[in-house]
Amino acid sequence: MSATSSLPVLPPTPDEIEDAGRRAFLRTAVAGGALAGLSGCAGFSMDEFLRKHFKELGPDELKKVLAKVEKTNKETWGKDTRVSATGPREGVEFGYGLDISRCIGCRRCVYACVKENNQSRQAPQIHWITVLEMEKDHGVDLAHAEVYYDPATVPQPGKFYFPVQCQQCRNPPCVKACPTQATWKEKDGIVVVDYDWCIGCRCCMSACPYGARHFNFATPTLPAEELNPDQHYLGNRPRPKGVVEKCTFCIQRAREGRYTACVEVCPVGARKFGNLLDPESEIRKVMETKRVFVFKEDLATHPQFYYFYAT
Amino acid sequence: MRPRFAVLAALALTALRAAPVRANEPAPAPAAAARPKAPEAQVQANSPPFSDGIFPCSGCHDPKAKVDLTHRRLQFHDEQQDVLKHGEERWCLDCHDAQNRDVLRSASGLAIPFTESYRLCGQCHGDKLRDWKVGVHGKRVGRWDGTKTYFLCVNCHNPHTPAWKGVSDVVVDGKRIVSPTLQLIKPEPRPKRPEEMRQ
Amino acid sequence: MTGILQFLKGCGRQIATGNKAYFIWLAALGVAILIGLAGYSTQYRQGLIATNIRDQVSWAFYIGNFTFLVGVAAAAVLLVIPAYIYHWGPIKEVVLIGELLAISALAMCLLFIMVDMGRPDRLLHMTPILGTPNWPRSLLTWDALVLNVYLILNLVVVGFILFNAYAGREPNKKILWPLVLLSIPVSISTHTVTAFLYNGMAARPYWNASILAPRFIASAFCSGPAVMLVLFQVLRKTAKIPIKDEAIWKVAELMSYAMFFNLFLLGAEVFKEFYSATEELRYTQYFWFGLGGHTALVPYAWASLACSIAAFVIFVVPRLRTNWKWLNLGCLLIFSGVYIEKGLGLVIPGMTPSTLGEIYEYQPTVTEWSIALGIFGVGFLVLTVLVKISIPILVGTFKTPASH
Repeated sequence: MSATSSLPVLPPTPDEIEDAGRRAFLRTAVAGGALAGLSGCAGFSMDEFLRKHFKELGPDELKKVLAKVEKTNKETWGKDTRVSATGPREGVEFGYGLDISRCIGCRRCVYACVKENNQSRQAPQIHWITVLEMEKDHGVDLAHAEVYYDPATVPQPGKFYFPVQCQQCRNPPCVKACPTQATWKEKDGIVVVDYDWCIGCRCCMSACPYGARHFNFATPTLPAEELNPDQHYLGNRPRPKGVVEKCTFCIQRAREGRYTACVEVCPVGARKFGNLLDPESEIRKVMETKRVFVFKEDLATHPQFYYFYAT
Repeated sequence: MRPRFAVLAALALTALRAAPVRANEPAPAPAAAARPKAPEAQVQANSPPFSDGIFPCSGCHDPKAKVDLTHRRLQFHDEQQDVLKHGEERWCLDCHDAQNRDVLRSASGLAIPFTESYRLCGQCHGDKLRDWKVGVHGKRVGRWDGTKTYFLCVNCHNPHTPAWKGVSDVVVDGKRIVSPTLQLIKPEPRPKRPEEMRQ
Repeated sequence: MTGILQFLKGCGRQIATGNKAYFIWLAALGVAILIGLAGYSTQYRQGLIATNIRDQVSWAFYIGNFTFLVGVAAAAVLLVIPAYIYHWGPIKEVVLIGELLAISALAMCLLFIMVDMGRPDRLLHMTPILGTPNWPRSLLTWDALVLNVYLILNLVVVGFILFNAYAGREPNKKILWPLVLLSIPVSISTHTVTAFLYNGMAARPYWNASILAPRFIASAFCSGPAVMLVLFQVLRKTAKIPIKDEAIWKVAELMSYAMFFNLFLLGAEVFKEFYSATEELRYTQYFWFGLGGHTALVPYAWASLACSIAAFVIFVVPRLRTNWKWLNLGCLLIFSGVYIEKGLGLVIPGMTPSTLGEIYEYQPTVTEWSIALGIFGVGFLVLTVLVKISIPILVGTFKTPASH
């Protein structure tokens, strides 16, 4: 596990960038023609129809898109929000460590994430983190795991706890499966979803080995007083009905240099987060000194999420 | 001459506009952050979770008084003695300085302030101290690329009964601090089952 | 322009004329479609939460039906090969009816995809130029491409045959036959690509088996022709198309071989799972025996197997398959067997237990049943209308008016 050379995250090649420009031009031309015919239809939004893929947006177009999201937020929840689209930083490759000798299964991470990331509260209730209660004498074995454990106190004797969320794979099967490129891997390793591009086919959900992706089966239920106004376009902005969402390493926090919500709330300090390329980071120390493994390693997804035993 | 320049300028502008755009250019990074450096400052989290009004101990304990060093049950501080379970054959004055109760005492007699109690714990729990110092053991909040806030051992482990039970936020002397509980904690509610999610 | 108007008027006449059975059939289809619309309005309002699809089983009834119907569409055209080899007289008719069935099956496939998507309004995001298809890595883009090529090919061939017949001409064989021959590999590729869509998912061990693509082709070859056989019998009576008994029996015989191959592959799969007995056995076990008290699919599994074996016996024994009652029973059995196997027995066990070991027992809701019924209504309506127009053109009773 060399920390300086990880498996390549796929950046666009010069050809791809050129292709993108050409495509964008063609698209505008064709769409403009179609638009002439369609503009009579009521409720039709020209901006939505002519919108390009997120990665092809110019700085001005991006500003418009973000402003539109803020406007929608204001209309729906009556609150002012700040939607950013901060890009990845040079020299940063996020790594996450989860100490399963420490996790007590209290689920505070689950709900801190829900609050931070504006998830639907019920019908559907979306949790980006799933904590599995496993048995010590079976080890990490999904055939003997329980999601719906509900004891009076934790940890229960003879059990250990195994939280699962998006592993931000370096070889992500979801990115491979998505037919519209609505999900892709960014340079700092975060696999993101553009909620305005997703068609809700759920190929990615079938492809994900970790059950990390979740679907908005209905319009999300989110009370206005619980809305987190600090949002990222690819992260915790409220999602529409019919699209897929998942953990983004709190992209709105991580790209500003802050720990994720789950890391900060964990009462036992079982969660470690930082830059794998920084030799002084906690996650690097974990990788260098502890017994580390990845979940479902045989599937060669090469996650940026590492489980370890500190003791 | 001028119209030709205008045409050339127009062509140049068109060429520039038609050039493929690439979103997500990283914000112009400050020169120093080409590779994030180790955090410079680490700020201590909370004060040690004293019981209300108990510190400073010299309020009751006279530093000049003579102290009986026999291992025994004391007449005061029942709260701590009732739960005392820290290895075997341990008693109060193994850690608390006999003369100056406002500090702790290392095995070699060094005075250790309560705000650095980890030095005392680390005498026996060296592996935990080593991990804690680099952030692998225990919790930190703040910035992965900058200042972090760490917690003392005693914010999570009750020094008198250090086996893990739970933590909670308490308010002591008007400040919110993290303090260990004496009972295991209750988990947050289980997720809804798929069949329980209906409109 | 007048020519086209006359043609359309003629079509209208063809659709509007028929016997009592025909109109009862249309009425039944109408009812089915109305039920489907009612179901869809619920789903449109509420979102997919109106179904029992959840994160744990994220593809279910609709995708199962889609998969089955892709097989039907693929197989319908495959009858061209035996028709050619065995010198069946009305090859043109066989080809045409096969392609009409393929078109209606593809229409149903498209509808099932549309009702399953979270955002059907964004379908264009998957198209070239207007969208950003994840080509060539995403198998769904391949699937969309191949199915659309297949649909267009079918429409072209059908259009070509009918256009010529309407004008009283023989279609130019030099144009027709290459297209028909092309449709054979294209039809096989549609179902192979659909199989690869499942096959490529390492996260789902039940699907991630090399045997999946051959099984798809084998079971497709069982199911599609079953509808064709029934259709042939109906058309012989109503439209006097001279399809020989021997042709029908030959198709039944070929279906028996396909079913044998299907059962053989099933046996191979079952052996591998139960003998190696790794944790991947849990999916197969859930389907055939249940897991941890969850047994919702078990009756379907065994029913499907019973239907398939019974149909195999009926089609392989000459005395049975040449008896019309037994033949039609066999068609029904083989269709049901493959429907359950592909519809329920592929998608649901592939996702149960979930990727995190959770067992969520999925059963379709009333909404899902209504929508599926509506879509089948639409499909059969399309088939009925197409057949009602095409056959008269083919036999010469509906042609260009001889006024000029």
